Amino acid sequence: MLYTNPEYRIMGDRALLVELGDHIGMDLHRKVSALFLALNDAPLEGVVEIIPAYGSLLIIFDPLRTRPSLVQEQVRAILKTLDPSRIPEARTLEIPVVYGGEYGPDLDWVAGYHGITPEEVVRLHTSVVYHVYMIGFMPGFPYMGELPKALVTPRKETPRTAVPQGSVALAQAQTGIYPSRSPGGWQIIGRTPRRLFDASRWPPALLQMGDQVRFIAVTEEEMEGWEE
Amino acid sequence: MGGMKALEILSPGPLTTVQDMGRLGFGKFGVPRSGAADPLSLRVANLLVGNREGDAGLEMTVIGARIKALRNVAIAVTGADLQPAINGLLMKMWRSHVLRKGDILSFKGRRSGCRAYLAIGGGIHVPHVMGSRSTNLTAGFGGLGGRPLRGGDVLCCDSPGRHLTSTGKSLDSPPPICCSTNQRLRVIPGPQDHHFSIRTRDLFFSSLFRVTPQSDRAGIRLAGPPIKALEGVDESILSEGVVPGAIQVPGDAQPIILLGETATGGYRKIATVISADLPLAAQLTPGNSVHFSAVSLDEALEAARQTEEMLRRLRSSETDLLLPTTIAPSHSQRPSMARGRYNLCP
Repeated sequence: MLYTNPEYRIMGDRALLVELGDHIGMDLHRKVSALFLALNDAPLEGVVEIIPAYGSLLIIFDPLRTRPSLVQEQVRAILKTLDPSRIPEARTLEIPVVYGGEYGPDLDWVAGYHGITPEEVVRLHTSVVYHVYMIGFMPGFPYMGELPKALVTPRKETPRTAVPQGSVALAQAQTGIYPSRSPGGWQIIGRTPRRLFDASRWPPALLQMGDQVRFIAVTEEEMEGWEE
Repeated sequence: MGGMKALEILSPGPLTTVQDMGRLGFGKFGVPRSGAADPLSLRVANLLVGNREGDAGLEMTVIGARIKALRNVAIAVTGADLQPAINGLLMKMWRSHVLRKGDILSFKGRRSGCRAYLAIGGGIHVPHVMGSRSTNLTAGFGGLGGRPLRGGDVLCCDSPGRHLTSTGKSLDSPPPICCSTNQRLRVIPGPQDHHFSIRTRDLFFSSLFRVTPQSDRAGIRLAGPPIKALEGVDESILSEGVVPGAIQVPGDAQPIILLGETATGGYRKIATVISADLPLAAQLTPGNSVHFSAVSLDEALEAARQTEEMLRRLRSSETDLLLPTTIAPSHSQRPSMARGRYNLCP
């Protein structure tokens, strides 16, 4: 739910967690985004970093330049006049994906879990526009939602030690893309040739909080011809 | 790459990376801080050779690298005691030295701690990526090509000669590097301590945890009594931002002290190590044991101020001037070698 009164909790001596709600949803997301933008437009003294997430912002500060009680007071004042409808219009990006086979080793398992065909999983996954709620876990990893109800799938019981770069995956009502090779426990149904993270470009992350994403099914041949 | 060739890595040891104070401000892209796991040791090393505190140095793990000087450079080694030696002779840590062209810096074996830091006069010259020279191993950027150092790598630094005049600094009372057993870490409870019963919280604060071999720059993984969350709460929480020092407890009920390699996390945090004790946490090695004691925010801030005061004193301390002309050619016998130490200063 969206909290009437935000919860403020300290994380050690140099971070304040501002919790605005505890669910995955657009109303909460808009409020997080609006507060994040407001704090970027008028930076608070001593604040060195702000990490926005599904329902919270972590405000990291220099403990010798400000105090959590002061940051809390300042955030409370900003929230009083915050207008969550004032966030920029979302961009919509298309992400090409080769589903199944060696690129989506869990596609058949996901289909079996739901008692549908792999083709139906692909049709469902490409049928809706997803919202990027946050970037986290590793550089450029988008947490997107929400999956059609018929695709809500548990994580793998045993995480893989290595998931290839570009893997498109599911976990519960979320879908995401692994920007680089890493361990991972999500169900992998396909792979995209798009580079989700590249430190040499600006912005480094292809997708950003607030973006909208549509997946497009492509063939292996189309993927091989893909040029960034 | 700019700068002048200063050091050649002959062998890198298990994990040697270029790090500075890390990158701040890119958490919204999922980019974590990275940087020296024990930032205090690197800051001190930099000050000892006349650098800015935030200049890039090397973080070496458990065994340490073997490094050849390609020109005369000022160096200092801090952090874990891996027994640094110049041309085979033990050198004093927490003070500056001169490596002459051709000298070999090596490490004779770990005595305490996990991560040693090497600063060189002029700092290590690699490109800034998102405001930092730190290596991010997960995404492979920053530092030297976004990877751990390898044999044959050559490191460059800016105007190394200028720093030779500022050698001779030492830190009289080095910060304590953690002991092998029962290291105390001060923490502030939360932010999700209320997800644990009072009984479990008591268990957390009264138990000794062992540092496991699965620990790395992402986190210190501990083994001890199960720190189970309250009945009925989910195994994970909604992902949220994290700081180094946050102690997260995943479904297996074994705590992990996060270091700087992740920007967000989806597990509840029972407590967070205070900034002043983060260097101690970063020096824990598999086999060490650790216990936690809760302190107030005020106590944590006072400890942070003491650390800064120590650094301020070091910054303003008088430097023994050591002019480059006093450096003897490397083939000559140096007086300090007679004492088994390669020290150019009294």
